[in-house]
Amino acid sequence: MTAAPKPLLEIRNLRVEFPTRRGTLVALNDVSFSIAPGEILGVVGESGAGKSMTGAAIIGLLEPPGRIAHGQVLLDGRRIDNLSPEEMRRVRGRQIGAIFQDPLTTLNPLYTVGRQLIETMQTHLDLSNGEARRRAIGWLEMVGIPAAAQRIDSYPHEFSGGMRQRVVIALALCAEPRLVVADEPTTALDVSIQAQVIALLKRLARDKGTSMMLVTHDMGVIAETADRVAVMYAGRVVEIGPVRDVVKSPHHPYSIGLMNSIPPLDHRVERLAQIDGAMPRLNAIPPGCPYNPRCPKVFDRCVAERPDLLDAGTTRAACWLYAPGEPLHV
Amino acid sequence: MSDAPPVVEATDLARYFDVSRPALQRWLAREPKRILRAVDGVYFSIPKGTTLSLVGESGCGKSTVARLVVGLYAPTRGKVLFEGADLKLARAAAEQRRRMQMIFQDPYASLNPRWRVRDIVAEPIRAFGLVRGARARRERVAELLTQVGLSPADVEKYPHEFSGGQRQRISIARALSSNPDFLVCDEPTSALDVSVQAQILNLMKGLQRDLGLTYLFISHNLAVVRQISDRIGVMYLGRIVELAPAETVFVSPRHPYTRALMDAIPDLEMVGRRRIPVGGEVPSPINPPSGCHFHPRCPLANERCRREDPVLKPARGTPQTQVACHAVEEGRDTGPVAVPPLERVGTAAEPSA
Amino acid sequence: MSAAVSRFFDSDLWWSFSRSPVAVLSALVALLCIGGAVLAPWIAPQNPFDLATLNLSDAFKPPAWAEEGDATFPLGSDDQGRDVFSAILHGARVSLLVGVCAVLFSTLLGVSVGLTAGYVGGTADAVLMRIADIQLTFPSILVALLVDGVVRAALPRETHDQIALFVVIFAIGISNWPQFARTVRGSTLVERNKEYVLAARVIGLSRLRIMLSHVLPNVLGPVLVIATLNLGFAILAEATLSFLGVGVPPTQPSLGTLIRIGNDFLMSGEWWITIFPGAALVAMVLSVNLLGDWLRDALNPRLR
Repeated sequence: MTAAPKPLLEIRNLRVEFPTRRGTLVALNDVSFSIAPGEILGVVGESGAGKSMTGAAIIGLLEPPGRIAHGQVLLDGRRIDNLSPEEMRRVRGRQIGAIFQDPLTTLNPLYTVGRQLIETMQTHLDLSNGEARRRAIGWLEMVGIPAAAQRIDSYPHEFSGGMRQRVVIALALCAEPRLVVADEPTTALDVSIQAQVIALLKRLARDKGTSMMLVTHDMGVIAETADRVAVMYAGRVVEIGPVRDVVKSPHHPYSIGLMNSIPPLDHRVERLAQIDGAMPRLNAIPPGCPYNPRCPKVFDRCVAERPDLLDAGTTRAACWLYAPGEPLHV
Repeated sequence: MSDAPPVVEATDLARYFDVSRPALQRWLAREPKRILRAVDGVYFSIPKGTTLSLVGESGCGKSTVARLVVGLYAPTRGKVLFEGADLKLARAAAEQRRRMQMIFQDPYASLNPRWRVRDIVAEPIRAFGLVRGARARRERVAELLTQVGLSPADVEKYPHEFSGGQRQRISIARALSSNPDFLVCDEPTSALDVSVQAQILNLMKGLQRDLGLTYLFISHNLAVVRQISDRIGVMYLGRIVELAPAETVFVSPRHPYTRALMDAIPDLEMVGRRRIPVGGEVPSPINPPSGCHFHPRCPLANERCRREDPVLKPARGTPQTQVACHAVEEGRDTGPVAVPPLERVGTAAEPSA
Repeated sequence: MSAAVSRFFDSDLWWSFSRSPVAVLSALVALLCIGGAVLAPWIAPQNPFDLATLNLSDAFKPPAWAEEGDATFPLGSDDQGRDVFSAILHGARVSLLVGVCAVLFSTLLGVSVGLTAGYVGGTADAVLMRIADIQLTFPSILVALLVDGVVRAALPRETHDQIALFVVIFAIGISNWPQFARTVRGSTLVERNKEYVLAARVIGLSRLRIMLSHVLPNVLGPVLVIATLNLGFAILAEATLSFLGVGVPPTQPSLGTLIRIGNDFLMSGEWWITIFPGAALVAMVLSVNLLGDWLRDALNPRLR
């Protein structure tokens, strides 16, 4: 967990709020983490945890009235959360690429795949038409589209779901960004296609040295793809660490509950471990640690104070059990 | 396992959909009709009190089977028997109809947003006249809500006031309100978060134990299926390719597709493990390949596979497993299965040129 | 009941309403017009259709603030000595009655057709929608004129005069149903594939019962907006028909009739006989339209 060379992406104390007429909802509450160059960070959590919100905040696509109320997003040391929409548009695409869940709505159905690729590249890179087209074909080949030179002039609806998602990946990477934010890129795909797409993402990340922030609720995908993983709950990061450690021996009670409730593929259990209750809605987040109503290890401090990420050995967990000097709670 | 007839039995069950373009356009373009063979000859039976799961990827026809079994579609071919009687006849009688119910995948679309919970749960009770009197009905609804882990005070609320997991519980309460024997569950946990999924699966297992229910469970998630099934049927392009007791399917899968599928699942044990993903994509059910539907992607395919439809029969070596595979029948299925990548085949809507 | 009322005032709809000056203003104007029209028999200073109270010497009096004006005739009087203000109130009443009834008729017919076509599908859907499509190729005012003309020709004159009001309502109503049918059919097509409808089918409920108790409540959302916007149109349609002389009978003049009557005197200087009814018509229709527009926008993000 030593600090890598200067991080590519750094989120510091990010707070995202939604003003509504009934009061302000806090969607992200003091979220901090960083991504090193060439690293794949998985961000995992259940619905409402704030993982998609984090991705949206980074690429500057928060849906109004949501806004960044506090904190900073730094790319390569420079702040990008306070840029004008015009400047942010330039950053998006060139520095940061985005992959969303539904390839059907990401691609414009009225333009050929080639035109969308070429347009993206020419917006961000200085290329002639011929060069852009050559590169577009090269990208399609790289993501595994057979007969790329012919398919470049096809429309999105002429591709199957898995192929469309590959095109979306090409589109996200063609301007050669340093960071890709992928929000549930494999959720809409069949299992066998998922496997192909995951393999593709990993290969491209390694080959190009691109960092990736992979947001998903699927722990299996994270386990196979990510280097580090951050577990989110009710708008906060509750645990972060190398993927092997977080998956095999998590420290935060929520991570433990989450990993345990995943149905195992390799054996049958009589009763699945479950976490009782549900994640609190944004307008009903309890004081102190947001997990305290459901936590089997809750004690007084949990209700009174909200913990920050504390050193828990192999990972960092936002849990008072790991406060230095805290007696062992059995 | 008793000698009673199976609760549900499907024989050569098939359902085709005509997805041709409108007649005039077709005639002008001289196009043939396009038939989508969603289910193409399926055989299974479900003994009382057990769970049969059907797994497969999108387009394999498992959801269509679910709808056929509960009478939402009429079969194009073959039949479904409900406790020995033809389904159509059975469903003509209200007393039989109330014994089969269905739970759906989308917790947001499976409850009428304009109805209160008490009306939603009470609808089968009213329709079948099971409980008379408003007060008795109220009590029964409260009882059902408690049974699924909700509070009786929730009766006055509307669906949008509940989370996804709670809505599935309401769906389950509605299904239970007609005192059914048989429940078809169409991907009931696929839209739920992992921890909520665990709650719902535990609930369903408990209810099966307490009420002696029989389940047909549809899912694409093999891990979930392993936890809840007694027997598993693996479907591919409208056919069952393997049908076996649950543990047997996982411990010794026989069909090449099953084996490749097992290998493709991203899994927590995977950290750092390399594997070979299944190649190609699922072809279109509009123009399925001839003979065995899996032959274009199968490393063990031979001439016979291209010509002849394999039939589900007990596999040599593991007779509890029924497999539809010539290679298994001929004893050619030794060694690891690595399915090579394939040229793109047509999408589900448009067959390739 | 009071719980429902307090929930309404607490709702997002009321909140966005109270923040839109256009909505509030048009609601006030509409309320004024409608209130005046409904209460006409009680608040009009004169009953302009009671021939006994009319006096020809009162004819052609200009509005009260003009030189020869008279306070008893605040907006002037017409060629028969009728008080224009009272005539407007009564006329608005007739216009509103015809408009509301016509819209109700369109809604009923359109929703029924749309629901049936969308749910049952197949040949019924094809036939019903083709009829709607064919009717939509004609301007609806033309359809109303046509229907009115046919009925007039078919019935003897006295019968027609007795039921003229109903004929106008029928004509305008039938000229507008396709809009409702199309919208409702679209929504029905979406809803019938949803799982809650499938759940009802699994239980074995009849199609009619499913259509009415499950689908109908979920497709009515856009109907309210269309109906509100249609009200403005229906009032205008009636005014047009009456202006052309084929609308309401002369014994129950509407705003359109008044405008027609006053039109003859426009060029000779008695402008108030046609202008004020015209202004009243504009105020009524405009306020209802603006209200309808606001309603459509306010309900839109919630119409998922």
